[in-house]
Amino acid sequence: MNIRHTLATGAVLAALLGGAAQAKTLVYCSEGSPEGFDPALYTSGTTFDASSHPIYNRLVEFVTGTTQVEPGLAESWEVSEDGLEYTFHLRKGVKFHSNDVFTPSRDLNADDVIFSFERQWKQDNPYYTVSGGTWEYFNGMSMPDLLKEIVKVDDYTVKFVLNRPEAPMIANLAMDFASIVSKEYADAMLAAGTPEMINQKPIGTGPFQFVAYQKDAVIRYKANPDYWKGKAAIDDLVFAITPDASVRYQKLKAGECHVMPYPNPADVAAMKADPDITVLEQEGLNVGYLAYNTQQAPFDNPKVRKALNMAIDKQAIIDVVFQGSGQIAKNPIPPTMWSYNDEIQDDPYDPEAAKKMLGEAGVTDLSMKVWAMPVQRPYNPNARRMAELIQEDMAKIGVDVEIVSYEWGEYLERSKAVDRDGAVLLGWTGDNGDPDNFLAVLLGCDGVGGSNRAQWCNDEFEALIQKAKVVSDIEERTRLYKEAQVVFKREAPWATIAHSVVFMPVRNEVQGYKVHPLGGHIFYGVDLAE
Amino acid sequence: MLRYLLSRLMTFLPTFFGVTLISFSFIRLLPGDPIVVMAGERGVSPERYQELVRQFGFDQPIWKQYLDYLGGVIQGDLGQSFVTKKPVWDEFFALFPATLELSICAMVFAVLLGLPAGVIAAVNRGKLFDRALMSSALVGYSMPIFWWALLLIIVFSGWLGWTPVSGRISLMYYFENPTGFMLWDALMSGQKGALGSAIQHLILPTIVLGTIPLAVIARQTRSAMLEVLSEDYIRTARAKGLSPLRINGLHALRNALIPVITVIGLMVGTLLAGAILTETIFSWPGIGKWMVDSIFRRDYPVVQGGLLLIAVMVMIVNLTVDVLYGLINPKIRKR
Repeated sequence: MNIRHTLATGAVLAALLGGAAQAKTLVYCSEGSPEGFDPALYTSGTTFDASSHPIYNRLVEFVTGTTQVEPGLAESWEVSEDGLEYTFHLRKGVKFHSNDVFTPSRDLNADDVIFSFERQWKQDNPYYTVSGGTWEYFNGMSMPDLLKEIVKVDDYTVKFVLNRPEAPMIANLAMDFASIVSKEYADAMLAAGTPEMINQKPIGTGPFQFVAYQKDAVIRYKANPDYWKGKAAIDDLVFAITPDASVRYQKLKAGECHVMPYPNPADVAAMKADPDITVLEQEGLNVGYLAYNTQQAPFDNPKVRKALNMAIDKQAIIDVVFQGSGQIAKNPIPPTMWSYNDEIQDDPYDPEAAKKMLGEAGVTDLSMKVWAMPVQRPYNPNARRMAELIQEDMAKIGVDVEIVSYEWGEYLERSKAVDRDGAVLLGWTGDNGDPDNFLAVLLGCDGVGGSNRAQWCNDEFEALIQKAKVVSDIEERTRLYKEAQVVFKREAPWATIAHSVVFMPVRNEVQGYKVHPLGGHIFYGVDLAE
Repeated sequence: MLRYLLSRLMTFLPTFFGVTLISFSFIRLLPGDPIVVMAGERGVSPERYQELVRQFGFDQPIWKQYLDYLGGVIQGDLGQSFVTKKPVWDEFFALFPATLELSICAMVFAVLLGLPAGVIAAVNRGKLFDRALMSSALVGYSMPIFWWALLLIIVFSGWLGWTPVSGRISLMYYFENPTGFMLWDALMSGQKGALGSAIQHLILPTIVLGTIPLAVIARQTRSAMLEVLSEDYIRTARAKGLSPLRINGLHALRNALIPVITVIGLMVGTLLAGAILTETIFSWPGIGKWMVDSIFRRDYPVVQGGLLLIAVMVMIVNLTVDVLYGLINPKIRKR
């Protein structure tokens, strides 16, 4: 290499570095590695943060910071009278990203939408088995039962025909698995014999383009200059994968990153005191509960369940188990969800009254099992400790509690049994922000012997939630769900214990960051102060 | 020498098959059905469960699953991760250089400090330096890695701001990683300051991972030296009037090295165990963290493939150590 060449390289480098210094780069200390970049293949929030939020769009989108739905790639939609046909009108001129192996020749159209769903649905689609796809969320949200057909009306109109009316359908289509991928890219990669590329070098329509991923270390994105909502305020987005929460905090303090998720609850006070850091907070879209087996005596008596609920000192649980990062739950759905019934009064903590109620119900010398989960979850950071506190509370009203636990997989399976002995500590994190996703899944009659751990099937409650499933008017649905919560409180199949509080420490220069109730970390709309 | 090498190699094969069997059964002995764990609270319908069982091949008898696995291994196919759906082999080689780079640095650090420290302590037996060194070695050996790492981060990165908190290189630098060895790739990238940044990022993890080996090597060197120093030929050398440097450095250390090399060889296993915690704390993208994640997710192919590759690595190191003995001490070779 001659001297002139060296100088030239140096000049280019200096120009690049100089340019880089002016570009706005936001660094997010993420908590783990994504499993891949095709959101339909996976179920973890970490993967969605790295794939569906920055790279892709959906027909409809959640408004960041709420559980409400707004138009996304579909500008508008109509629902037929019978609730069976959803017709979406696609936005025109939406560009896909390009990368070193692919440059799109056309804008987004109906073929992309249909392909995005059919690859998860139709076994004869060549992508059905690519990357060992199990399409967990598509199946988990019962889409194969629900969908009758997806019809291309014209290039910019797609019609979803359902087998039965299902009001949460719109919310389902805003979920990560419903991200729209490029059919043109998929076809090109299939022809090249590398179909797994769409999972490794993702192409979407979203606010950020994928640049590179170094496994377990760094993910890089750059702002999509042609984004249909307008280019993001930041130029580059970097995920610095940092699994340890204490280390994330140190990096945030040192300015090595701007935003970090999931702080240690013990660190939150120090973070709040740090002048460089702002701690944002919001209730998580989850609930932790104790589910009685309502099919077994004496727990089949609502009065007994109510009495036990009154014996539990929830405030003590919030203080000890959640160390402040939780809020007492009175309803089975979290307060950030639409239709949350705030008029409901929680059962008071009153051991004396509880004891009396048990006596009135004719229950003496009660002994019961409480199941404690072996894993940490946001809705229950320490189930063992929670069970011990409940054990002490119950002892005060003369109820003897034995704590049991199993390995996590076993726990989930065994707790489903209708003849299960004991009350189970468990919880749920919402998928689509629709109350149906809590009330029908966790407390509906179909869930008995499965996800309905209380084995509770109440006609009045069931009628309300079934009706709310088929009505598409949101006001009417809200009214029905509010009433269902009244029935729930009266019948007390669970002791509702807590909703987690999500803390998001961000550096002060970060502007416009919103905590998203669905748990995602979203950087479109975020800016950095100079 | 060739016969010696062959006889060593002969023990390699049964160990290899033993390891495939152990790694295959180990992860299956852990309670927890991978499909149920994968589905979590959401659960999975019985029909879907059956479909997945078929897809993952769990409907086959266990001996057949093992033979299929073994057949794959012999053909160099370790299967595909349940989680990322990528070949285990690719993932391993994407991550292993990071672990290797860190382990080599930690070992070099431990040997460069441990050997001289052990020799000096032995020569000054019972004096202040010896006592101080031996007590710090004990502390170092018993140090919980997690705590030690966080302490160093808080002091050197947090308070003093001398070293970066975690990662392998500053995010400012971006280049392809053809070899996966950051020092080399940073040097080759030609970007100004990249190598310096990579070195800075290596300092704390090297110290943390090197602490236990350092303590062990220092202690082992000291005791081996003490033994050798009481030998007759050392007395003879002293009587001949050789300089202490020559006695200790040449005659004594050379013979004291054999047990020390054994320990260094054995430390490779310890290093990999320590790498698991070190990598997690320093966000170091190596195989330690990868294995731990996979065990929690019951990702059978990754756990059994990863264990096998790590075991092969340790076996190769042990083989090398055996060969080194043969070179240092002809008596062993002839046995």
